[in-house]
Amino acid sequence: MKVLVPVKRVIDYNVKVRVKADGTGVDLANVKMSMNPFDEIAVEEAIRLKEAGKADEVVAVSIGVKQAQETLRTALAMGADRAILVVAADDVHTDIEPLAVAKILAAVVKEEEPGIVLCGKQAIDNDMNATGQMLSALLGWSQATFASELDIDGDSAKVTREVDGGLQTISVKMPTIVTVDLRLNEPRYASLPNIMKAKRKPLDEKTAADYGVDVTPRLEIVSTTEPEARAAGIKVDSVDDLIAKLKDAGAV
Amino acid sequence: MAVLLLAEVNNGELALDATAKAVTAAKALGDVTVLAAGGSAAAAGEAAAKIDGVAKVLVAEDASLGHRLAESTAALIVSLAGDYEHIVAPATTDAKNVMPRVAALLDVMVISDATAVVDGATFERPIYAGNAIQTVKSSDAKKVVTFRTANFDAAGEGGSAAVETVGAAENPGLSEWVEDKVAESDRPELTSAGIVVSGGRGVGSEESFAIIEALADKLNAAVGASRAAVDSGFAPNDWQVGQTGKVVAPDLYVAAGISGAIQHLAGMKDSKIIVAINKDEEAPIFQVADFGLVADLFDAVPELTEKLG
Repeated sequence: MKVLVPVKRVIDYNVKVRVKADGTGVDLANVKMSMNPFDEIAVEEAIRLKEAGKADEVVAVSIGVKQAQETLRTALAMGADRAILVVAADDVHTDIEPLAVAKILAAVVKEEEPGIVLCGKQAIDNDMNATGQMLSALLGWSQATFASELDIDGDSAKVTREVDGGLQTISVKMPTIVTVDLRLNEPRYASLPNIMKAKRKPLDEKTAADYGVDVTPRLEIVSTTEPEARAAGIKVDSVDDLIAKLKDAGAV
Repeated sequence: MAVLLLAEVNNGELALDATAKAVTAAKALGDVTVLAAGGSAAAAGEAAAKIDGVAKVLVAEDASLGHRLAESTAALIVSLAGDYEHIVAPATTDAKNVMPRVAALLDVMVISDATAVVDGATFERPIYAGNAIQTVKSSDAKKVVTFRTANFDAAGEGGSAAVETVGAAENPGLSEWVEDKVAESDRPELTSAGIVVSGGRGVGSEESFAIIEALADKLNAAVGASRAAVDSGFAPNDWQVGQTGKVVAPDLYVAAGISGAIQHLAGMKDSKIIVAINKDEEAPIFQVADFGLVADLFDAVPELTEKLG
């Protein structure tokens, strides 16, 4: 079975986000970029499926700017076998919407015929939480979102999902789309020899036009602003002082 | 213009708080029809009909709709979509599972976690873990939107909308429910609680979380946790407050041993009063706290529990 793992190049989660003065978005020029943390978990899970003998090939795919090559090399260094880059934008500030990404991925799935697609549950830039569900809809496949456990058994998979009230376990028909949550696994670090080896692994380059997908956004960005800051509060000296202040404020 | 609102239904019961908050958001868009779907949903439909501002309720009951499986629920919504310009839901994990699937089937974008309605096509939503607020305008014929409930007041009761029954769409038969593991708790639900007491990495262990829980029980509060505490195995994931967990806006939020990472602040900074207890006086949580106490939480939290009430 082949595993397809879409990965997104996003601002590194440790970097402080700055809104651009013209309100068009967040400043991404000369900012450290990394693989979306949830996608790292998806790559890790794919590699573990291969190590467990349940998968024979792991293909990473990224859709975005040319620089997403680096993100794919990270996936290859972790252990993916090969990679596909679909160039769909020139400017690093252009975010391809989940619907267009899902359409391109659906075309890639038709070519590659994976048995499972493992996605991160959301990207930490647009926080949309949509691509996996949309891909599943376009393919008419089953979906299992927010996975914290995955057990593939022949033509079905048992997936435990992180939901509001606790955990839900469902059984989905293969092929399937699984979006992964934090607690599924802890991604490995790529070793130096593997980083070197990754440079020689195959990386195909395509464009959105190769798949006949129009990536014109459906949502126009009207403005981007800093959130309202909270007014700074006061320090209290003791628990007694705290209780007095809370009582004054009518909070307890 | 008409709005179809997917009610939050858990095991046949309406989640009133989440649904009523989404009704408030949806009323700004047009006449609201609530869809109550599930293995059993009639009682939930009756409850939704009483929410102020609801014009009509559709009840869809079918075994295939039980447990809110995404494929059958999305197929049902798409079968009804023709009559509506907006298809909306509270931004619960259930709706986040279903609504992007609905959007893709309709060939439109989804607008997730909207925090404000500007007009019928334009919505505000947080991006980058709440570090920026983006206003987006949809050019799609239908708008599929989930609303972040913490940003809207719940609509009151007193309505008496008509209730109709609709049939389920054909079951695609792609997935089956196996089991739920719902945390048994007498505490209020995290996202609708008036008071939340949260612990972070500073709590140090799963056992030590008992002091956080003791304070929560004294205050009749829900218990929350930072992502660091969840990652470290001190607390279950469904307690997680933050961008990748739950977003809460209680009247009082007590953060103990939480440094205040951006991703945590995104989940609680709309709380009315924030109390921070941390022994590191430089912790960023103090920048958003109304009342900050620089103290060891292992002394201060039990003392607070004892002296309250």
